[in-house]
This record gives sequence, structure tokens and C-alpha cells, in this order.
Amino acid sequence: MASAAEIARRDEQSKTRTRWLLSLPALFIVFIAAIGPLFVMLAYSFMAKGDYGDVKPGEFSLDGWFSVLFQRDIFDDTVTLADAHLSILWRSVRLSVITTLATLALGFPTAYFIATRPRSTREVWVFLITIPFWTNLLIRTFAMQQVIRNEGVLNTLLMWLGIINEPIPIMYTDWAILFGMVYVYLPLMVLPLYASMEKLDFRLVEAGYDLYAGRLAVLRRIILPLVKPGIVAGSILVFVPSLGAYVIPRVLGGGKNLMLANLIELQFGAGRNWPLGAALSISLMLLVMVAMLVYVRNATRSGGGHG
Amino acid sequence: MPEPSPVPDARIAVDCHGIVKQFGEGPRALRALDNVSVAIRENEFFTLLGPSGCGKTTLLRMIAGFEYPTEGTIRLHGEDIAGLPPFKRPINTVFQSYALFPHLTVWENVAFGLQMLGWAKGKIEARVAEMLKLVHMEELAQRRTDQISGGQAQRVALARALAPAPKVLLLDEPLSALDYKLRKEMQIELKRMQSETGITFIFVTHDQEEALTMSDRIAVMSKGRVLQVGTPWDIYDKPAERFVADFIGETNFLSAAMVGIEEGVARVRLPSGIEISASLAEGYRPAGEATVVVRPEHARMVTTGGQLSGVVENIVYFGTDTHIHVKLDQGSTFMVRQQNSRSKSCGASVGDRVGIDIAPDAAQVLRD
Repeated sequence: MASAAEIARRDEQSKTRTRWLLSLPALFIVFIAAIGPLFVMLAYSFMAKGDYGDVKPGEFSLDGWFSVLFQRDIFDDTVTLADAHLSILWRSVRLSVITTLATLALGFPTAYFIATRPRSTREVWVFLITIPFWTNLLIRTFAMQQVIRNEGVLNTLLMWLGIINEPIPIMYTDWAILFGMVYVYLPLMVLPLYASMEKLDFRLVEAGYDLYAGRLAVLRRIILPLVKPGIVAGSILVFVPSLGAYVIPRVLGGGKNLMLANLIELQFGAGRNWPLGAALSISLMLLVMVAMLVYVRNATRSGGGHG
Repeated sequence: MPEPSPVPDARIAVDCHGIVKQFGEGPRALRALDNVSVAIRENEFFTLLGPSGCGKTTLLRMIAGFEYPTEGTIRLHGEDIAGLPPFKRPINTVFQSYALFPHLTVWENVAFGLQMLGWAKGKIEARVAEMLKLVHMEELAQRRTDQISGGQAQRVALARALAPAPKVLLLDEPLSALDYKLRKEMQIELKRMQSETGITFIFVTHDQEEALTMSDRIAVMSKGRVLQVGTPWDIYDKPAERFVADFIGETNFLSAAMVGIEEGVARVRLPSGIEISASLAEGYRPAGEATVVVRPEHARMVTTGGQLSGVVENIVYFGTDTHIHVKLDQGSTFMVRQQNSRSKSCGASVGDRVGIDIAPDAAQVLRD
């Protein structure tokens, strides 16, 4: 006869075994499908490039990483900073930061509006916010093109109103990329903002008004600190894909206004420089991680330890 | 309870006149308040008492500035405040849910209103320390508000609302979330703070016992109307309407016939045929049928005699007193409350024939 302790121990063991079994598919996907390819990328970035793309396996080289920031003159071998790469990097960071701020500025009032509707109509508004997700990103981006091109909706309207005489060229500029990214990523800001605003106890807002706080003071001292988790989540959800945006700059930015993802794609395609592409990819990932760490740390520090 | 002497020329702190609040339009419109007028005196502990949905909280929110009246005026010390937003009114609220700011400490919560008023730093520190001392929360000043108990949260909410020294403090059922013992303690505390600070308190509750023990004056509300305003003694002993008599404490209702009125005192004939005197609401001169109320503790069970008679139906023991339900000969039931003494028996058992002796001045004619 097994003692009670023995039975309890066996039961615990079998439960542990079951849990591991159940988590196998998830572990498989995480390790084989997500982390595995990253190691392949890491390995490629340290190999010499093949003549027609690909890499020369087993041939160690730092050329890929070197080319991320520097370039060697083909005639006299002098080393200079890779201006093209740096300007693309700068554009990516700049546009991503502006996109995050713009979606926050547009998304905050939107989320507040939805959160203050009667409970029954809130779901309708949230539903409306998610409608763009049903359409393919490429199609949404081409739709944006129809709006901002020279003969597009925006220019036609402005000219018809007599505000401008000639169309403003927006297509194939940084502005076009910005418009596209704000349009595409806005729902990713609104939804987490709404989620934390919905939990906001509006009696606290009343308490603020009662204690002589005006509208601005209530927003700054009560609403903002309490919905900060939503602001942090929304900013991450917008900033990360913005930094890695590919389709939007490709369609709206044209050939000149590349962002990091386009540069990476170029290396695996026409550039035939897979080690550089791999090194750029990992650089992009590190950039995102560092940015997130700095941002989240700052956000939680100024939050007074709450949220 | 001694009746506080009414001061006829006492200054009015809050004067609500002809307040109507209507939610919605047309046939589905809901009248939350229907022509309500109350004048709350300075330094008074004034209670709005009524069942849920009677409009008491709506009236409170209007005084605070969270709702605006559809009709009527609200004056604070003679000044019309109808157009002022809540943050411009020298009125603070203790909310039912306390509504403490969860991202701030106890200290920061109490300091919030003072910071918004732009007080100097040193002055704020002194005032917050004073307030935390008043509510016995000095030690927990740096705690977050989710790390304190319900009773402590209640004290913090009170300190936060009292800190800016408002002219009027509004309290929206602040004790309803506390357990019985704590509630009793806080009732006494609140009363102490009101007399120490000299601030006018407007208290909303549905608990009639709470209203009676704490208030200087009570307004009993039902269905958006104020039925009676008076001291606890007035409200309990001289209820003007059936709702007031029924809502406050336990009461016996007797249908009686008016015989006559002499010097403001009515003679009524009880169902048993015996005539007794009953007081009347001022200026009320009914005729014919009337309803008379008698509080259970103002009647006595007697073995012989009495104005009413019947058979003991039920005896309920309550510790301090015993309730004896007597089935009257005319059909209705009459309850007598009898103080318990050391001798165990209440003097009767179920099925006994007894008489009921109503104390002089105990009966009151209702305005129906």
C-alpha cells in the first residue's frame, strides 16, 4: 500500500508530466519556428557572401557586420561611414517616432470617446476600429496612394476648395510614408488605449473635479497616470512594426525613400549580399530591443511605481 | 434625545429652491427630482434620508456640481452657484466608493486638493499633517491606497475632502461599505469632526437609524419629493405622512374616525370605540376617516383595561426588548415593544387575552 504522501507525490509528478506534454506544440513553435531561424541569421551574418547571393558556408567573415555602418572605397580601400545606410536608419527611427506620437495624439481622444460611450454602443465603435484589419495591408496602402497622389482625393479636394492652385506632391516623400503608417497603425494604438481607459474609474475623474482640478489638471494628474499601461502598450505596438515597415515605404516612398526593411530586402535580392542582410536584420532587432528597454524603464519610473 | 432649539434666523448655507431634474424627454422622461426645496443651515449636520431611487444622491450631486438642475436654483450663502463647475465650488465630497486615487499615496491623496488650489508647499505639509492627525492616519501616510483597509480608506477620503476647509461637506452614504461595529464608531467620529471643524455636513443615507443618531435635521425623501424636514425627534415622533412613519422605525397604523379638533389636538375614535387624543401636523384639519400612528414603545400591554384589546399572537425576543404582536379584535395586528427586565417573562404568553394602553400624546394623525 502506498502512503498518502507517496500518492500525493505521484499525482504531482503526473501533473507535471501532463503540463510538459501539453506545452510541447508551443515549445516546438517557439524554438524551431521562431528562435531557430534567428540563429541561422546570426550564422549567416558571420559568413562570406556568395557570388550569386547565398553564403559560403564555413568561410568566416566580418564583412557583413562591417558593411552595416562602414563602406570601403573600391579604388583606394579607404574606410568611410556608410552614409546611405545611416540616412536610412535615421529615416526609419525618425518616421517611427513621429508615427508613434501621431497615433498617440489621434488615438487618445478616440479611445477616450469610445470609453465614455454607454456600454452597449462601445462594442460598435470598437468593431468599427477593427474593420481595416479585414483588408490586406497592401490594398490599404494602395488606397492611401489613391488619397495622396497628385490627382488623388486630397489634392483634388484642396484644389476644388481653392486652397491650393497646384497639387502638393506627397507621393514618394517621407510624408507619404508617414501618412500611410499613421493610417495603418492607428488601430494598434487605439485598442490598448481603449482597453485601459475602459477600466478607468470615472468616479476618480469626478473626485478630481471635486478637489478643484480643472479639465487639464484632471487629464494630467489623474487620467494620464492611470491609463499609462495602455499608452506604453500602444506605443510598443505601433513603434515596433513602424521601424520594420516594408510594404508602406515600398509603395508610398518609392525607390528613393527606403526604410530599414527595404534595405534588408535589397540585400537578399538585387544586392546579393546575404551576410549584410542578416547583419542588418539583427541590428534592427537589437535597435527595437534597446528602444523598448529604455522606453519601458522610463515609463515605469515616472509612473510612481503604479501600473 | 433633546430637541436642538430651532434658530429661526440661522444663516442658510445651501438653499435649494424648486429643484426639478428630468432625465430624458417626452413620455419616457424620468423625473428624478420633482420641485424640491430645502434650506440647509450653517454648521448643521443635515441628512437626506430615503430609499434608493428617491433622488437624494441626485440632489447631492447637484449641490456638488456633477449634475445641473432642469429647473430651480441652488444658492451657496446667497450666491447662485448653478453655473459653476464642481472645481470652482467651495464644496467637497466624500464619495460612496471613496474614489481615492490609486496611483497616489495616502499623503498625496489628502494633499491633492490643496495642490490644485495652489497652496504653498509648507502650508500643504502642515495642513495634510493636521488632517491625517484628525482621522488618526499619521502612521500610514506613505501607504498606497490599495494597502489600507476599508475603514482606513474611509478616513482618508474624509481627510481629503476636509483638507481644503470647504464651506460644505457632502457625504454620499460613506458608511455603507463598513461593517456594523466600524459603522457605529465612524458615526460618532463623523459627529465629532463636524463639531470640531464647524463645517456644514450634508449626509445622504438610506439607513434611518444612522440618520436619527447623527443628524441635526433630516429631510425624508421619496420618489423625487421631500416629504418632511425636521429634527430626528420631529421625524420620529411626529411623522406627517404615512411614508415617513413607515420608513422610520416600526409603527402601528390604526384607522380611526375624527371626532373633533381642540387647540390643535384631535379627538379620534379608535376601532374599539374608545376616544383618545392625537396630535396633528401644524395647520392640518382633517375630517371623517383618518389614520393614526402609535410607536410600539409608546404602548403598554396590560392584563385589564386599555384602549384596545386583543389576543397575543406572537412574542419575539430581541435581547434588549421584546416585541409582542397582538391580534386586535377588529382584525389588524398591533405591536408593543417592551423593555426587558431581569425577571424573564414578558408577562403574557401566546393566546392570552390582553389590553393595550396607549401613552398620552403618543398618537399622531397622519396626513394622507
